[in-house]
Amino acid sequence: MKDLILLAEDVERLTGALGRLCEEAKGRAAFLVDPNGRLLADSGGAANLDTTSLASLVAGSMAATGSLAQILGERGFSGLFLEGARAHLYLAVVEGGAILVVVFDGGSSLGLVRFRVKRAIDEVGRILADFAVRDQSGKGPGPARAATELAEITDEEIDNLLSS
Amino acid sequence: MSFINYAAREINCKLVYYGPGLCGKTTNLQQIYSRVDPAAKGKLISLATESERTLFFDFLPLDLGTIRGFKTRFHLYTVPGQVFYDASRKLILKGADGVVFVADSQVERMEANIESLENLGENLVEQGHGLTTLPHIIQYNKRDLPNVVPVADLQSTLNEHNTPWFEASAAQGIGVFETLKGAAKLILTDLKNKMAR
Repeated sequence: MKDLILLAEDVERLTGALGRLCEEAKGRAAFLVDPNGRLLADSGGAANLDTTSLASLVAGSMAATGSLAQILGERGFSGLFLEGARAHLYLAVVEGGAILVVVFDGGSSLGLVRFRVKRAIDEVGRILADFAVRDQSGKGPGPARAATELAEITDEEIDNLLSS
Repeated sequence: MSFINYAAREINCKLVYYGPGLCGKTTNLQQIYSRVDPAAKGKLISLATESERTLFFDFLPLDLGTIRGFKTRFHLYTVPGQVFYDASRKLILKGADGVVFVADSQVERMEANIESLENLGENLVEQGHGLTTLPHIIQYNKRDLPNVVPVADLQSTLNEHNTPWFEASAAQGIGVFETLKGAAKLILTDLKNKMAR
């Protein structure tokens, strides 16, 4: 599996899509999480949430749900709704395995969130597909610049990082 | 699969602690959590049974510091060691940048070590990896107990790929950070080499 490099403009595109989703779905926050539990981008408005833990647990839930689907002979479940007393979560898988997450409360409804997420999945999917094409070609100046910078890290610098 | 957020200048890596049941994987994470500066760690999440056996995974996010202006963030996971939780192990192993195999040094656990190591190899192959290509390290844990196998024997039985190894008594915190640093070094060196290609 290839490493994923997100540039400032990539994060901006994702954040824009998540911000629109959050606004249209009347949610509290929206996130994009990679299948390995790492937060790729968020819509903002999540200052009081532990997004690192949230991302890891969302990926774990979605992975378990995917395996449950296989047991039932399903290709996958398109969405997962977790209902709380005040806060609710809706999770949906984007093409390629990333997970779209919307946190919402009584100010919205499952129907509205599900409807808006369906539309957002296409947009986010297209953005991620653009990244994949660019990274496969290896010609994008941004990723190449990032890769060069990381390739220049010396063994000594790694030792220094870990000696503290 | 490492995730590099160039906008936030962050390198995110996933390190998985693997090994037979009760070998000390969760103990490693608990020791790291208890000894690391609060600013450098997130919450330790344990999805465990009532008897404190790992049911799905433990998770600990850790900041190791900055290199060339990049924050290096490691996500540490453990897998459930019990044989029948293989489906969960496969899920956790996906996308790992490196593995720590925690072996239980006690004589009576040698068979369990071998079985778990074989299981790791099989699960990695299923995911298009293998122990020859994925950075991994071995920790010989529980060295403080009386009935342990000599390290030379553990080496000849478990370290086929001649990978770096450390002795540890995780319950006392001994060897825990050496193992973590050893694994982090392998992962970062691997990442740097991949970027140079």
